[in-house]
Amino acid sequence: MNCIIIDDEEMARAIIAQFITKHTDLVIANEFSNAISAIKYLNQNQTDLIFLDIHMPDFTGFDFIQTIKNPPKVILVTSDKNFAIEAFEYECIVDYLVKPITKERFEKAIQKANAVKLESAPKEVKETKTKEEDNTNEFYVNIDRRLIKIEIPLVTIVEAKGDYIHIKTENKNYIVHSTLKKIEDKLPQDLFLKVHRSFIINTKKIIDIEDNSVLIGKDVIPVSRSNRPELMKRLNLL
Amino acid sequence: MELANLNYINELSGDNVEFKAKLIAILKKELPEELAVYESYNARGDFLQMAQSVHKLKHKISILGLEKSYYIAEEYENNLKNNSTELQADFEIILKNMLDFVALL
Repeated sequence: MNCIIIDDEEMARAIIAQFITKHTDLVIANEFSNAISAIKYLNQNQTDLIFLDIHMPDFTGFDFIQTIKNPPKVILVTSDKNFAIEAFEYECIVDYLVKPITKERFEKAIQKANAVKLESAPKEVKETKTKEEDNTNEFYVNIDRRLIKIEIPLVTIVEAKGDYIHIKTENKNYIVHSTLKKIEDKLPQDLFLKVHRSFIINTKKIIDIEDNSVLIGKDVIPVSRSNRPELMKRLNLL
Repeated sequence: MELANLNYINELSGDNVEFKAKLIAILKKELPEELAVYESYNARGDFLQMAQSVHKLKHKISILGLEKSYYIAEEYENNLKNNSTELQADFEIILKNMLDFVALL
């Protein structure tokens, strides 16, 4: 099996690579310290198995799985035992290794990976419009072939990152394969404002404002010069 | 205070001297970097990011065979997520001991 390793910790990558090298059924195709590089690689290369860290800057392992088409088998690698239940939600996750990894536990994970066959149907992540989106309190997005309802009043920030949109709400984050314009069209204009070419914010969630940014929750969102007048105008109405 | 050791690294490496040297080199490079990240978040009082840093450092604590220290780190990580710095002093002693140990490798 062709394998890749995705972990921001070099020590973890070195250890997993050593286990893979010693295993006759496995070949290391590549290693990545961040999920974005791995996504680009996966879009162009056939991979059979991913060793994936859960806790990474910007992207969690679960966010990563939701964004890739036709995810191969995944073995999660983490220091955190608490995600085992969530791991079961994902068909592609075949096992869950807790660091520090032992040889015996690694071997067991590979046996599980060999035993599992995934569906070959593609799992596309895309945004879809439905009738329910006429309701201004909610809209739906398509994630991993499931329609996910997002409550509009809970949305705090929408951020464009490459081909994906990150939708941050008060209790959960979503990553959707879409454009900022498409998501912007779903949101009520009296509540949401595009403050930067990559950011839309819920104006009711603003905590503080500085010259070139707003604070929403713990996130500092840049405000472009061209969008600032509209933001100021909008706030005068609050 | 329990003592750091290379038992896990020795077990992983076996007779592979080159691989053992590689792991030690990574340890000597990454541990101070991760510690610096933790200290920068500590200086800002960013408890959530400090918890993330502690989470990352836990792996190195376990690699160095510090089992009791691992549980202290885990408890400290949870405390930080609940906006408490309880066990900070204990955790930072663990970090210092690790740094001192790694510096001698």
